[in-house]
Amino acid sequence: MKVTLFITCIVDMFQADVGKATVEVLERLGCDIEFPMGQVCCGQPAYNSGYVEESKDAMKKMITTFENAEVVVTPSGSCATMFKEYQHIFHDDPVWRPRAERLAAKTYELTEFIVNVLKVENVGAKLNGVATYHPSCHMTRLLGVKDAPMTLLKNVEGLRFEPLPNAHNCCGFGGTFSVKMGNISEQMVDEKVDSTERTGADFLIGADGGCLMNIGGRIERRGKPIRVMHIAEVLNSR
Amino acid sequence: MAMKIGEGKFKENVNNNMEDTFMRGAVAGAQERLRTRRLDAAEELGNWEEWRSHGEEIRKHVLNNLDYYLHELAENLQKRGGHVFFAETAEEATGYIREVVNANGGKKILKAKSMVTEEIGLNGVLENEGCEVIETDLGEYILQLDEHDPPSHIVTPALHKNKEQIRNVFAQKLDYKLTSKPEELALHARETLRQEFLTADIGITGCNFAIAESGSIGLVTNEGNAGLVSDLPKTQIAVMGMERIVPTFEEFEVLVGLLTRSAVGQKLTSYITALSGPREEGDADGPEEFHLVIVDNGRSKILGTEFQSVLQCIRCAACINVCPVYRHIGGHSYNSIYPGPIGAVLTPLLGGYDDFKDLPYASTLCAACTDACPVKIPLHELLHKHRQVIVEKEGRAPISEKLAMKAFGFGAASDPMYAAGSKMAAAMMKPFTKNDRISSGPGPLKAWTEIREFPAPNKERFRDWFKQHEKGGGEQ
Repeated sequence: MKVTLFITCIVDMFQADVGKATVEVLERLGCDIEFPMGQVCCGQPAYNSGYVEESKDAMKKMITTFENAEVVVTPSGSCATMFKEYQHIFHDDPVWRPRAERLAAKTYELTEFIVNVLKVENVGAKLNGVATYHPSCHMTRLLGVKDAPMTLLKNVEGLRFEPLPNAHNCCGFGGTFSVKMGNISEQMVDEKVDSTERTGADFLIGADGGCLMNIGGRIERRGKPIRVMHIAEVLNSR
Repeated sequence: MAMKIGEGKFKENVNNNMEDTFMRGAVAGAQERLRTRRLDAAEELGNWEEWRSHGEEIRKHVLNNLDYYLHELAENLQKRGGHVFFAETAEEATGYIREVVNANGGKKILKAKSMVTEEIGLNGVLENEGCEVIETDLGEYILQLDEHDPPSHIVTPALHKNKEQIRNVFAQKLDYKLTSKPEELALHARETLRQEFLTADIGITGCNFAIAESGSIGLVTNEGNAGLVSDLPKTQIAVMGMERIVPTFEEFEVLVGLLTRSAVGQKLTSYITALSGPREEGDADGPEEFHLVIVDNGRSKILGTEFQSVLQCIRCAACINVCPVYRHIGGHSYNSIYPGPIGAVLTPLLGGYDDFKDLPYASTLCAACTDACPVKIPLHELLHKHRQVIVEKEGRAPISEKLAMKAFGFGAASDPMYAAGSKMAAAMMKPFTKNDRISSGPGPLKAWTEIREFPAPNKERFRDWFKQHEKGGGEQ
């Protein structure tokens, strides 16, 4: 199947390894990957801060860039949610609304795509250790992808799971919230790090680069021996 | 006290309140208990999503026909001998109530829990008239005894206090000599309050839902205090927000079920009371005079706007009980009697952006609130709408942020700009980078790196790798 990759700006610039793992996992599952170089940021940082007009050009750029794709796959629940949000943002725009609707209909988050479209539940990954999983907010609540990550992770050979206490609570990232309300964000991410530590896990796994940058950055600052991994990297382990 | 409960700036409040480890422990514990109870109660009922949709439909219908139902409610209550007063402002509402109290020579006034009377600052007005005002909800009673400490939660107002603190308040104010056991504290409060019930002149209640078809005021309590407040005193005053109305008892039943399950995980509360005007001939009890005060105080300005759905709120606090921000900062940080996500949406609408423009940013837009709301208010979307209004219509965003966002719009929308910027990032960040980490970043990164490490931009971006990968013929 031909898959057009929306890699997200965070992965492109800061987590290239997550992008590589995404490509390798999908290629192993028989996908033919295309990466349009015209892709930029989805606009979420400005949009969520209230700068709707400022973010619309980036959105239009993304709609145009992915216009000819058959399916769009992205290793981020939050950025996939944003692609699906475009149709509401351009609700009153007769030109861009139908184009945004077409983009929304063909966009999938990575694990959702593997489980629900490719119908694969075991990607043949192997990783030894104890892991816990942080379900990111936009992916579970707004995109509605709740089960696919765990369906795949349960089939990773050698990995044992411990539930994350209060997993439903946000990690405190929230885009610009993480710096605008840094003092609150710090308390939120600290609680997440403490909860992770209590599980005794070697790995904290997540499916959103932003959350992982936040939790991972705090884990490093506090010097905790926990490795933060994107789910694509776990699925690419062997 | 009115809606605004302090003069401090949001950030200062947050910093002060986050020092209060007891409060934070109490809030976290309460959130976990209430969340679990709510989810269990929803599961037990079954078809929770359908019930939510039904609740939403009822609330939307009422808001879209509010004039009709308010008219019906008023007419039916008047037919039963009740007096109805529409107050456009807080001052009109408190002014009317003051007149009723004075006309009846009221000196001792008993109140059941009511957020709208907090909103209009009723207690202060009546106390200035020389009246003794006594709160009878246990939580509100504790706060009142403790020098009018403001509520920190809309359902459990004294959430931030522990039993030792309560014991000390009782010892100081009620000459209490027993232990901090909750049972002993509650019994003492009950005995003290019972005497007050028997000697009160006026009873004031709020209103969970008014029922238009019969002109009734529906009240939901666990302590039974609303029944005593409304039955014993000769004069009864009910105060309601103008949107708190249902067409018939059928919708009342649906919303009460959603309210009690969402608020405390109960199928029903211990008492559900419907007040329908003054005592009629042959009635065993009830007031001789009954007044209903319907408060607008900024609500009608929300009708018909993009924020209308906030008026669907049934004040269950489910959103507060799941909010990860409220969890750490507590209710008093919001400077409003309406805290948490619902408060961050409603307070700026009722109280204006001058005092409350920080509240819509006190959220990660994680949508836990939207998910928990039993009448499907899209709370996180309304928080986002506030941000848009603050930036675009009000022009209140800081200039540095505006410039940054303009640059973002320009840079992110152009692929040559984005490509060049992202390529240069690694070189630009090099002076700050050590072991692929930035521990003390410049400019906008400073706030991030005060708390966490920031990853150094990749020297080889994903797109650079992919170009090579493609040349290699895909799978290697």
